[in-house]
Amino acid sequence: MAANAIRELLDQAFPGGEVEVEDRTGGGDHFQVTVVSAAFNGLPLIQQHKLVNAALAAPLADGTIHELRIRTKGTA
Amino acid sequence: MSTLHDQIKQVIDTEPVVVFMKGTPDAPACGNSMRALQALWRAGAPITGVDVLPDPRIRQELTALSEWPTIPQVFVKGELIGGADITEELFASGELKDKIDEALGAEHPQTVSTVAIALD
Repeated sequence: MAANAIRELLDQAFPGGEVEVEDRTGGGDHFQVTVVSAAFNGLPLIQQHKLVNAALAAPLADGTIHELRIRTKGTA
Repeated sequence: MSTLHDQIKQVIDTEPVVVFMKGTPDAPACGNSMRALQALWRAGAPITGVDVLPDPRIRQELTALSEWPTIPQVFVKGELIGGADITEELFASGELKDKIDEALGAEHPQTVSTVAIALD
């Protein structure tokens, strides 16, 4: 899976947010994603990460994403 | 024998700090499991490791229960705190140590153990 496809899913889930996706190994299955979004404001880290996991639920469930590193930040 | 679901739930509910991981604390089989272990250890946490690799059903059942898709998964006193990234972030900010001390008392022992899930 290309980093672009991951970015698209995150852009849809976090409209107006800043999304960065890095393919850590170049193999299309180990990703580092960084999302800055107002959707995270006031939420504990675990809830922030759950929103990211939910946005990527399909590729996580079918094994397309083998490893996902997440960094999230609110805008407040 | 109790069901897989019940076994997993019981480990989460009874062990102070549980890491569902790939491999065991003395032989981690994945860099992310290692990252979570190191952060917990440096925060002074006792660690109970559960290896999810022996059977894919362990991970399936765990994820159904925790609603968290990836491994490792760290639980403190029955509560999911997150995976490797959150555990590291909470360690860096000092919150992990506070959380552990608050949950277990400041004078808790730091032990490392492994629990194996029994399969049919």
